[in-house]
Amino acid sequence: MRFKSLCVAAAGAALLATAAVQPAAAQEEGQYIPLLVYKSGPYAPNGIPIATGWEDYLKLINERDGGVNGVKLVWEECDTGYNNDRGVECYERLKRPTAAGVQPLSTGITYALIDRATQDKIPLFTSGYGRTSAAYGPVFPYVFSAPLTYWSGADVIVQYIKEQEGGSLDGKKIALVYHDSAYGKEPIPTLERLAEEEGFELFLFPVAHPGLEQKATWLQIGRQVRPDYVAMWGWGVMNSTAVKEAAAVGFPMDRFIGIWWSGSEPDVVPAGADANGYKALSFHAPGEDYPVLQDVVEHVYGGDVEAARENAWGQVLYNRGIFLMAMQVEAIRRAQEIHGEGQVLTGEQIRDGWESLELTEDDLAALGMAGFTKPVKITCEDHEGGGQAFVQQWDGESWNIVSDWYMPNREPLKAAYREDALAYAAEKGITPRECN
Amino acid sequence: MNLRTIAIWAVSVPLVIAALGFFHQALAAAGWIAFFTWPFYFEVILNGLLQGVMYSLVALGFVLIFKASGIFNFAQGSLVLFAALTMVGLIEMGLPWPLAFVATAVVMVGVAIAVERVVLRPLVNQPHIILFMATIGIFYFMDGFGQTLWGSDVKVLDIGIPKDPIFILGGVFEGGLLVQSFDVIAALCGALLVAVLAVFFQYTRIGRALRAVADDHQAALSVGIPLKTIWAIVWSVAGIVALVAGIMWGGKLGVQFTLALIALKALPVLILGGFTSIPGAIIGGLIIGAGEQVAENFVGAAIGGAIQDWFAYMLAMVFLLFRPQGLFGEKIIERV
Repeated sequence: MRFKSLCVAAAGAALLATAAVQPAAAQEEGQYIPLLVYKSGPYAPNGIPIATGWEDYLKLINERDGGVNGVKLVWEECDTGYNNDRGVECYERLKRPTAAGVQPLSTGITYALIDRATQDKIPLFTSGYGRTSAAYGPVFPYVFSAPLTYWSGADVIVQYIKEQEGGSLDGKKIALVYHDSAYGKEPIPTLERLAEEEGFELFLFPVAHPGLEQKATWLQIGRQVRPDYVAMWGWGVMNSTAVKEAAAVGFPMDRFIGIWWSGSEPDVVPAGADANGYKALSFHAPGEDYPVLQDVVEHVYGGDVEAARENAWGQVLYNRGIFLMAMQVEAIRRAQEIHGEGQVLTGEQIRDGWESLELTEDDLAALGMAGFTKPVKITCEDHEGGGQAFVQQWDGESWNIVSDWYMPNREPLKAAYREDALAYAAEKGITPRECN
Repeated sequence: MNLRTIAIWAVSVPLVIAALGFFHQALAAAGWIAFFTWPFYFEVILNGLLQGVMYSLVALGFVLIFKASGIFNFAQGSLVLFAALTMVGLIEMGLPWPLAFVATAVVMVGVAIAVERVVLRPLVNQPHIILFMATIGIFYFMDGFGQTLWGSDVKVLDIGIPKDPIFILGGVFEGGLLVQSFDVIAALCGALLVAVLAVFFQYTRIGRALRAVADDHQAALSVGIPLKTIWAIVWSVAGIVALVAGIMWGGKLGVQFTLALIALKALPVLILGGFTSIPGAIIGGLIIGAGEQVAENFVGAAIGGAIQDWFAYMLAMVFLLFRPQGLFGEKIIERV
């Protein structure tokens, strides 16, 4: 073997050795949390701040509290690229019996993982995304969608528009611009039902992935259909492109309302001044003035607020990462109350924590989240937990809360969850659990 | 393109547009599509043509490299992204945009020379498929390298091009036809770029050498034209074309990872216009742009919507059935 070949072989062996050693860090004693992130690919600008929020919250719990009742949190991440097959591959690579739960961060990946995670007894936390009817616990024991589902989001948007229009939507036109995928199609049944009940006309505009091409969509909206309001279910580049195209046809921004995945800084900053006035839903507050975020600066960034801001601290998607991981950590804490404090638990045990997770206003205040979000109460039957949402508006500099919190009208929604979930159970041959 | 061809196009294009309009009007009358109005139809056509120029800007880069080397450069989209990222990065570092433009052009020339030295030169005389595979490698490298260098954040590229909606032909159509000022300026830039390229190819020594290499590598080498230098020049020109496309697309959508994917929009343009023709890239872009906008706006809703991406390819495939070399591509004649 020549010297050059020997060097190449040695370098390769060193790389392999490094790769082999890395997972061992995650296997050290502690409660293991696999992280499905996307820090590469077209959706990276949205995926990175959420993943940073997750990791910073985990570091905060370890640094400030010494873990959950003394059990350190350990994690390992895998980059899905927001790609379904890579998502499944990552899940298979990271899954272990002590995996506390997985947040797929993608509706497509969620659909691909529901059966697998249920079989592996690993909770799936799909907060504000995923399969909506999975909120019905008897059929989906391992899927948790708190605090809201897409159907709830659609209901809140219609409630908000109705309020803006003085209490009646009769004869109004509402358009839905949506990502032409499982995610984007989720709100359609609810909007169709509400259109019938409230008397408005619904227009649907699918946008093909990744959403760079929307000129035709907005020509129709701005020049032909001329709806009173536009709702959007977009993600990644589709959002900023929609905002720009809406401005280009002169559609008023304050009548354009996105779902919570269409309302963050990467969605509006590229559109510049065109985005001023654009609105979106959210289920947690934007901004920096919350004790939990101040604790992150103190314990994770050593008090260096500028370093934190460089990592999107205080931005919408970073704060979402904090919120999502706080929910997951509290489910672990609750599971420890049931199965033994200070112990490393299995995914199956942590599922019990999820099913009895209740966060009251006092609990949220204790977590440094007073005013940051609203209480949730998850039960065996209700995996959505009764969360609420509000409308925020972009002013060119930051997102500002411009409405009260809205409670979705859950009675018809729950009936719809149940109906859809039971149809799924019949198709898959699942016998729904009894919840007493 | 001679005068006769131009005359044929000048007569046939309005006829085709009118015929297409009457066709959609008939579809609407039969209830097969939801609506049709002539003002909206012309608005869609106009906006589609402007969109088509944007596609042509990307397609031009492909054509340049294919003409000179017979390589389908899969990496052109990533060159667009890399150029835009570099320009934004330099502007963020405090450079005024004209200076950043020049500096980025220099960087793109550097990239071109590196590609020629590191990738193309070792592969001289290899089959075209090998060179094509190499450009796939360049695509992924440039994507990753660009992100490593400049980050994954969505960046704003604003060089002061107005973006306000404007209304034209108000006297002809009630309320006028809406176009975006940004699209109009982009179209003018595209036209200017094509004019510069045409002069470069027709009237400069290097341009003539490029055409000679495009016609026959061996013959060009035998008369002393340095193939490697020509390749470096062609990749440099393609890099600068990518920079212009990057500024236009980045200014429109923001500079982000997905910009590299707009190369996929150039493919039907190339299939339709021909891989070796600069006018083909322009006219192909216009046909694809207008065709997909008309399809999406009038037919899309009737068949589920979001059809413009695949419709562009379908339109190109239909053209392929009748002209396999594309509208302006060179006819392939192989003697056995």
